[in-house]
Amino acid sequence: MSIKLTIMDEMARVAREHGKTLAPLHDDVALLDSGLDSLGIAVLVARLEDRLGLDPFTTSDDVQFPVTVGDFVKAYEHGTH
Amino acid sequence: MSTARTEAQPLRARLTGAAADACFFDRAANVRVADLVCGTSLQGRLANLCGRAVLIATAAQLTAALALIELDGIARRLLILPPDVDPDHLGALVAGAEIDAVVTDRTVPPQLAGLPVRAVCTPSIVPLAAPPRGGERTEWLLLTSGTTGVPKMVAHSVAGLTAAIAPRAAAEPVVWGTFYDIRRYGGLQILLRAVLGGASLVLSSAGEPVAAHLSRLARHGTTHLSGTPSHWRRALMSPEIGKIAPRYVRLSGEIADQAVLDALRAAFPHAAIGHAYASTEAGVVFAVDDGRAGFPARLLESGRNGVVIKVVDGCLRIRSPGAALHYVDGANSAPLRDSDGFVDSGDMVERQGERYFFVGRTGGIINIGGLKVHPEEVEAVINRHPRVRMSLVRPKRSPFTGAVVVADIVLTAPSAAAADEADLRDDILKFCRGALPRHKVPAAISFVPALAVAATGKLARRGV
Repeated sequence: MSIKLTIMDEMARVAREHGKTLAPLHDDVALLDSGLDSLGIAVLVARLEDRLGLDPFTTSDDVQFPVTVGDFVKAYEHGTH
Repeated sequence: MSTARTEAQPLRARLTGAAADACFFDRAANVRVADLVCGTSLQGRLANLCGRAVLIATAAQLTAALALIELDGIARRLLILPPDVDPDHLGALVAGAEIDAVVTDRTVPPQLAGLPVRAVCTPSIVPLAAPPRGGERTEWLLLTSGTTGVPKMVAHSVAGLTAAIAPRAAAEPVVWGTFYDIRRYGGLQILLRAVLGGASLVLSSAGEPVAAHLSRLARHGTTHLSGTPSHWRRALMSPEIGKIAPRYVRLSGEIADQAVLDALRAAFPHAAIGHAYASTEAGVVFAVDDGRAGFPARLLESGRNGVVIKVVDGCLRIRSPGAALHYVDGANSAPLRDSDGFVDSGDMVERQGERYFFVGRTGGIINIGGLKVHPEEVEAVINRHPRVRMSLVRPKRSPFTGAVVVADIVLTAPSAAAADEADLRDDILKFCRGALPRHKVPAAISFVPALAVAATGKLARRGV
């Protein structure tokens, strides 16, 4: 599964667990409009660390906050390179 | 109240009624209690320790126990050194407690070589023509189980330390055992119970594996056994647990959740199972013996044995004859009690109907985007899952919410396959979602073979 598909899969799962409905996800959808709130995103990041072996948002002290779903996915794609 | 009488009688004198065959055992040696009534482990140095402030720094618990019994009423002060204290803190402790003598069972460490009196304690008891008169109201100093820096020294009297111990009931012989180290408050309670009850006591030895300790407890016919919930969970994971058959099972030092109480009930269907609430500062506050987690709310109205309990901002405050007297710490002497004599326990409780439940420590709260979580309340839910033996919930840093909670879980039996682990993870999360608001549900779960238990017997917790 590609990184992007893994992220989408886990997003759907966290949304289901938190009783949220996901918006149709495009790269330019704002992350906070995706249907997940900040707790949902925090949980998503922790789950993705288990699945992908990386957490691009807590490894360095100057965190670039992802604004869009595309930024979010890119952070993982860059992190694995 | 019998306080005056108790204070007047040093511990050695209270051994006289011990059962004829009562012994203190460790892996290497045993000492007949009757021999100690008029004998000494201190190789002729007892008289030199009169009126001194004595550091008890032994390798073995057994020698520490012997020295404590002999020196109560003789020494001015006894500072009890647990085995896990950082040697770098020794100098500060010795200075803070004005120590001028050391009792040990090994080579005197260089930091202590300058003390005026050095005595060696061994398990070979030599008859004593007449025990020294003593008459000191010995102050017992225990160390708190704080995480960093020099541990605080907490002063107790023997009257306070024994305030919660019921008089001996002359029924069947009692053999006490403990997973604790007797140089910490919880373990010291068991030593004192054995002494006052004229009972035998089985001590663990340094580095002794759980299985070997359980086998020895079984061999000596242990009837009364005490430890923290973490000690008990670890014991329940050992095949040797089936060898022991205690009549009384006691838990203290951590929250006894329903899962561990039920597991002990299943393992020991005929035993009395009690969980005591105690701390180094507040002393033994109460014991609950109905097999249920938490404690009845009526304990707040009707304190027994002079104990008064109140809840302030969700936190237990205790006034008790068993509480410590004061901290011994020149530089940093915050009062131990408030102006009304109450000790702030730092233990948070929540009332549900007619019962209070422990939810965690004031210092252990995890903040998740402004919402508070006690790791212990999440662990209590996870531990109820039938395949879970024990768990540790800890914060994990998150730039989105400050922190999330994650859980490390030890299963009752290791899972065979990765697919099973994935299903189990989902099932445990579902279980948590059914019982907790979503910010308290672990964001991630790891299955681990074991969890670290600190020398205090408590689950080793770290900060963010």
